[in-house]
Amino acid sequence: MLTILFDGIAYGMVLFVLACGLSVTMGLMNFVNLAHGAFAMLGGYITVILMQRLGVPFLLTLPLAFIGVALVGVVLERVLYRPMYGKNHLDQVMFTIGIVFMAVAGADYLMGSSQQIIKLPAWLQGRFNIGGVGIGKYRLFVLVICGILAFSLQWGFTKTRFGSRLRASVDDARVARGLGIPVNRLFALTFALGSGLAGLGGALGIELMGLDPSFPLKFMIYFLVVVTVGGTSTITGPFFAAMLLGVADVAGKYFVPEIGAFIIYVLMVILLIVRPDGLFARGRA
Amino acid sequence: MSMLEDRVRASLLAARRWHGAEIAFWLLALAVFWLFPRNLLLLNEIAILALFALSLDLILGFAGIVSLGHAAFLGLGAYAAGLLAKHGIGDPLVGLAFAMVVSGLAGLLASPLIVKGNDLTRLMVTLGVALILHEIANSWGSLTGGADGLQGIAINPVLGLFSFDLFGKTAYLYSLSVLFVLFLVARRMMNSPFGLSLRAIRDNSLRAAASGVPPSQRLALIYTIAASYAGAAGALIAQTSQFVSLDVLDFHRSADVMLVLIIGGPGYLYGGMIGAIVFKFLQDTISAFTPQYWMFWIGLFLVLFVLRGRTLIHGGVKLIMFRLPARVRGKRS
Amino acid sequence: MSAVLQTNALVKTFGGIMATDRIDFTLEKGARHALIGPNGAGKTTFVNLLTGVLQPTSGTVVLNGEDITQLSRESRVKRGMARTFQINQLFSTMTPLAMIALVTSERLGYGVRAFSKLDHDRRVIEETAAILAQFRLEDIMDNSIASLPYGKQRQVEIAAAFAAQPSVLLLDEPAAGVPEAERRELLNIVGSLPSDVSVLLIEHDMDIIFRFATRITVLVNGRVLADGDPTIIARDPAVRAAYLGEVSHA
Repeated sequence: MLTILFDGIAYGMVLFVLACGLSVTMGLMNFVNLAHGAFAMLGGYITVILMQRLGVPFLLTLPLAFIGVALVGVVLERVLYRPMYGKNHLDQVMFTIGIVFMAVAGADYLMGSSQQIIKLPAWLQGRFNIGGVGIGKYRLFVLVICGILAFSLQWGFTKTRFGSRLRASVDDARVARGLGIPVNRLFALTFALGSGLAGLGGALGIELMGLDPSFPLKFMIYFLVVVTVGGTSTITGPFFAAMLLGVADVAGKYFVPEIGAFIIYVLMVILLIVRPDGLFARGRA
Repeated sequence: MSMLEDRVRASLLAARRWHGAEIAFWLLALAVFWLFPRNLLLLNEIAILALFALSLDLILGFAGIVSLGHAAFLGLGAYAAGLLAKHGIGDPLVGLAFAMVVSGLAGLLASPLIVKGNDLTRLMVTLGVALILHEIANSWGSLTGGADGLQGIAINPVLGLFSFDLFGKTAYLYSLSVLFVLFLVARRMMNSPFGLSLRAIRDNSLRAAASGVPPSQRLALIYTIAASYAGAAGALIAQTSQFVSLDVLDFHRSADVMLVLIIGGPGYLYGGMIGAIVFKFLQDTISAFTPQYWMFWIGLFLVLFVLRGRTLIHGGVKLIMFRLPARVRGKRS
Repeated sequence: MSAVLQTNALVKTFGGIMATDRIDFTLEKGARHALIGPNGAGKTTFVNLLTGVLQPTSGTVVLNGEDITQLSRESRVKRGMARTFQINQLFSTMTPLAMIALVTSERLGYGVRAFSKLDHDRRVIEETAAILAQFRLEDIMDNSIASLPYGKQRQVEIAAAFAAQPSVLLLDEPAAGVPEAERRELLNIVGSLPSDVSVLLIEHDMDIIFRFATRITVLVNGRVLADGDPTIIARDPAVRAAYLGEVSHA
């Protein structure tokens, strides 16, 4: 029972790292980026290629996945995304779906359609047994890493100048520009950071969620749920939303395996009925 | 004063008058039955896709609702019609009506969610509902056939006279007729006070409410109607192919129909039909080259289209539909 | 002297800010009532509360004796209260004709009729034509609203509000942004509104107010500072201080 809770929290942590970039991006530029999962997938494949073809140790692939995807994010933002900011939501949705399709087909072509399996280093395999509760080593590792990331992000968001400029811009971009905050540059940086985090999440998630070309489509709704339920104006909102989602998903799949995935969607729809603006959204006057 | 009233009436009438291009379009759609007798199966698919896109136009083009899960109603209609036929009632028109009622009801139930909340919430809810239905269809194999699809559907002849043949002759004329009738109804609706109020809501919902229009009520109504239209398209799939696959509830269906609609342009009822023709043509051509990676090229097309192509294609359509006839009329007078 | 529109202890707070501070307000039947106050005094907030765009934190709004505080925006329009916006809120893809026809058919209750033709109903045509004539929009009735000059757009804005046949008309700075040349026609129209329509006018321009208003309410910091006859208000030292104070801060 506690194992399930633990697993759910670990799963939720990865979801958080994956989705928080999307959350801030949406809050900042009001841009619906359905292709966020493609960045995560890229991070996963970078790790796979580095490990399988170049023999790079797993731990080292993680920062490399982060940097690699962040760089791709910088380029794509400049070249493709920037012209899209002013456009309406329909155009943004169609555009990012187009990117997802290309990413999915591209991954299929380059890497094949089968699930990728990586071999974790020995010290991450197996589990501890603490007071009768089975704690997977890898899950513990993921929990610690993501926990540290979450704390740093929260600290960065609330305690640094960059963070306060970001919060101001999310709150009201027009006023922020008027105050001299370089919102567009901020956004490019945030987009890169968010993409990098997605890549890192994708790398971490290979063991927990699997990796194949349909990843961006399969998990699109998970990211959107985290963002919708958690709101876009804080770090803590998506964090708790991701936790909730992670535990619900793992528990659902364990207790009622026939309709495991189903429960998430129903939960989400119910949540949205009750609170159309998300569970953690700050009320806007 | 009476002269002004005449002018007012004339203007309102002109807005709904049939263009020459429209009449030509429908005559052509009928003529292809004799012009391309070997492609009727493909033409049938185009007609069904056009109806599905028309249903999306009602909510996207006229009410501004972006939905990522419109395939939910397509699938509901398909399974409803398929199951009805499988369990004894094989008349296609009855099945069509049944499918429209079922999906319309679903639309009505979902409408409070759609009407409240912002763009993002709507995307979520529509996506979520479609995913839920997909899961249900997948898991409830005893009812739906699961991943293998619904088989054993036997459809009786249309009106007791025209039975479905292998070449798609009955199928195309049947689908085209359904499309035409539902199109006529939609056209009338969009030129009615109701349709005008929808346009108002889409244009400026603040002003619409300040003019006495109840936005939630009207949006819920059009969503229900759009859902039943999508259900009709689903029923056509089930009836003309006598098979329903799980794919009918897939995400790519919802994405494809959005692409179809934006190719042709939302908001004037013909966009979905034009888009369906272009899309199927594209699909046919590209699949001939790379059947496996068709998704890539569609994705590329989407990206390029949104970035650049829209003004090109829509400019072209507007030229044909509005400026050329005006120039012809100008020459005459 | 009967009140058509009334508020009782109306309060609206945003976070810590009290935008509307226990306002008791009365609009008499047939009134030409002006609402003035320095920028940020809460005039538009007040109108938003009256029309239902905002919900009050406490207090009530009463229209023709009926408590409408809980009613939606569109319900209030149906009960006879219409407004114009400070910045034009029009249907940019429509023509003046279509916009007026929309308001008219909604008023007649045809809004749900999905199968009747717009040009079919006599009453819609008659009333739409009447409004177009009254507001001198006949020559531009088929032009796209987006293509009209600002002054004409403003006329459409007022015409649309009037087409709802309101008993109470709220005009939020009707002349704002209108170039000098088009002002006179606009003001003539405002001046010739029928006497059974009660008008609440928000304005900054004192000339317009003195030309038009028979009663003034002064709003400062969300509270009623003064209320009464225009000439008396103009001489009130507290009012002058409020406005002068604003000028000196600028």
